[in-house]
Amino acid sequence: MFDRKQFSRVAAAAAIAGLAAVAPAKAADSVKVGLILPMTGGQASTGKQIENAIKLYMQQNGDTVAGKKVEIIVKDDAAIPDKTKTAAQELIVNDKVNFIAGFGVTPAALAAAPLATQAKIPEVVMAAGTSIITERSPYIVRTSFTLAQSSTIIGDWAVKNGIKKVATLTSDYAPGNDALNFFKEHFTAGGGEVVEEVKTPLANPDFAPFLQRMKDAKPDAIFVFVPAGQGGNFMKQYAERGLDKAGIKVIGPGDVTDDDLLNNMGDAVLGTVTAHLYSAAHPSQMNKDFVAAYKKAFGNRPGFMAVSGYDGIHLIYEALKKTGGDTDGTKLIEAMKGQKWESPRGPISIDPETRDIVQNIYIRKVEKVDGELYNVEFATFEAVKDLGKTKK
Amino acid sequence: MTAILTNLFDGVAYGMLLFVLACGLAVTLGLMNFVNLAHGAFAMAGGYVCMVLVNRLGWPFFAALPLAFVSAAAIGIVLERTLYRHLYTRSHLDQVLFTIGLTFMSVAAVDYIQGSSRVFINLPAALQGQFDVFGVGIGRYRLMIVVICGLLTIALQMVLAKTRFGSRLRAAVDDPRAASGLGINVPQVFAFTFAFGCGLAGLGGALSAEILGLDPYFPLKFMIYFLIVVTVGGSSSITGPFLASLLLGIGDVAGKYYVPKMGPFVIYTMMIVILIWRPNGLFGRTAAR
Repeated sequence: MFDRKQFSRVAAAAAIAGLAAVAPAKAADSVKVGLILPMTGGQASTGKQIENAIKLYMQQNGDTVAGKKVEIIVKDDAAIPDKTKTAAQELIVNDKVNFIAGFGVTPAALAAAPLATQAKIPEVVMAAGTSIITERSPYIVRTSFTLAQSSTIIGDWAVKNGIKKVATLTSDYAPGNDALNFFKEHFTAGGGEVVEEVKTPLANPDFAPFLQRMKDAKPDAIFVFVPAGQGGNFMKQYAERGLDKAGIKVIGPGDVTDDDLLNNMGDAVLGTVTAHLYSAAHPSQMNKDFVAAYKKAFGNRPGFMAVSGYDGIHLIYEALKKTGGDTDGTKLIEAMKGQKWESPRGPISIDPETRDIVQNIYIRKVEKVDGELYNVEFATFEAVKDLGKTKK
Repeated sequence: MTAILTNLFDGVAYGMLLFVLACGLAVTLGLMNFVNLAHGAFAMAGGYVCMVLVNRLGWPFFAALPLAFVSAAAIGIVLERTLYRHLYTRSHLDQVLFTIGLTFMSVAAVDYIQGSSRVFINLPAALQGQFDVFGVGIGRYRLMIVVICGLLTIALQMVLAKTRFGSRLRAAVDDPRAASGLGINVPQVFAFTFAFGCGLAGLGGALSAEILGLDPYFPLKFMIYFLIVVTVGGSSSITGPFLASLLLGIGDVAGKYYVPKMGPFVIYTMMIVILIWRPNGLFGRTAAR
């Protein structure tokens, strides 16, 4: 078993090395983008949003850029890193793609990182949100967000806005721990106090006992980070237990009130304050058009994952324009560094040093607009870099 | 003190829910000696039927609950007649392979039809929130679960112990050959029992959407919990799984409240300790069947 595995690794590495050697000489008329997304499994909504957004972008902007036809090849990895790696290998070796993109979760993005380095092709991360990702390969660029961005901002905001005691409830996995640590650092540095810290198991069936503990700790607010799907359950049980009536607010990074699910969460979620990169209610004309077009094409509201995908494909287009259609991976990644543009979420850019996204982080409150629940932005922290990296 | 009572109440409600979800499995596994890992799929079916009726068609929640039961039972009886009955005499491995395959198919089917995101059932206002009884917070929804599940348990026990059907079922289980020799229509008894177990799961699925969350991965996520209930409770009666559910529910809630760092492991630790102490479960038969 071991031998076979090792052999296949060596073979794959050799194939990739071979490919890298011939890649610059290859001048095709098409540009292939290998999109690796969770299309099945618990993260499937991420994959669907990104795929939809990319389709929408290509409908609006045509499928030809700098004289090349852009071709998207979608592979499903169900957010399992082993499958991501296999899919990336197939895409690079067999399909000879010029970009790999997507990546619903952090382990998936990390699994593909060494392949991007070896094959010298850009890896455009459109979802996964832990800080370390872009440090794992000089070919990784990110158009989504990092948890440090939103968690530090909400920490700063909370101390300044009369929240002194906070209880935290975070899912016990890498992004949850990232969110918790960055929040805690900024919140306590500003003079706040974390009175209760609970990490819930990732496959958590019932929040009741944890919430009861929060209630008995009597904090001013609960800082919450749970995977998108669990946000609704959390909010319902929060209301059931009467924490809202006890005056305990909910704050957190915006994953809890993802636009994708927000409208089904019920009125309990009203008043929740989160910090995040995108709200479907962002008041720019560009966003209004984007939301309208997305709704028309796919029947529901775009969430922050959709915007990340939309911007990801935009970045690929812009890089190709800048290289004049040259598909050399190193030139493409250079072309991506420092790109600046107006996205539906607001002005964003790619940090030339870290290849990570620089964007506005908005403080939003859940309110009812035309009978639907939206995250309404009321404060902006401009051009936030990934604070998770700067101290290294 | 009030915190203890609130936790106790939450634990009982959670345990009751586990019981309704798992008792059908206790029946098929314990009484019919059939390993049905697809049990959660019936629970999911009931949950989704209830969701569609309430959210899309505007049915009242309490009218949709019986239908969740009926539809899951109907699916159960169709599958029992067409697929399951061929596997009664096969080895446990075949049964496991078949039912786990069925589970994956149900996951994919629901994912395809309803999408993969989590769904909620719109509850009437009367069931939302909590009220105080001498400072003890009682969730309305959880109280309803305790009442419904409590009544169901009593009814089930009565049916099994006191009625003619109950004695037929027990006879059919103990010795199918002798039972059919006595004129009991064994396949019919089994089919009915199977369907009833599926119906209960469907009802449990509908009730659990609010607390456990309902998505296409429900059958896989909670399979372990169902199996824990049945193994800990032993599968010779329904009292065993009932007490096991309560114990696990209370233990899980208390563990998460008092030792949140250890919370998720409490339920497994309890299972291991109980199984070391009584390998056949709390109320297991001494001789393995």
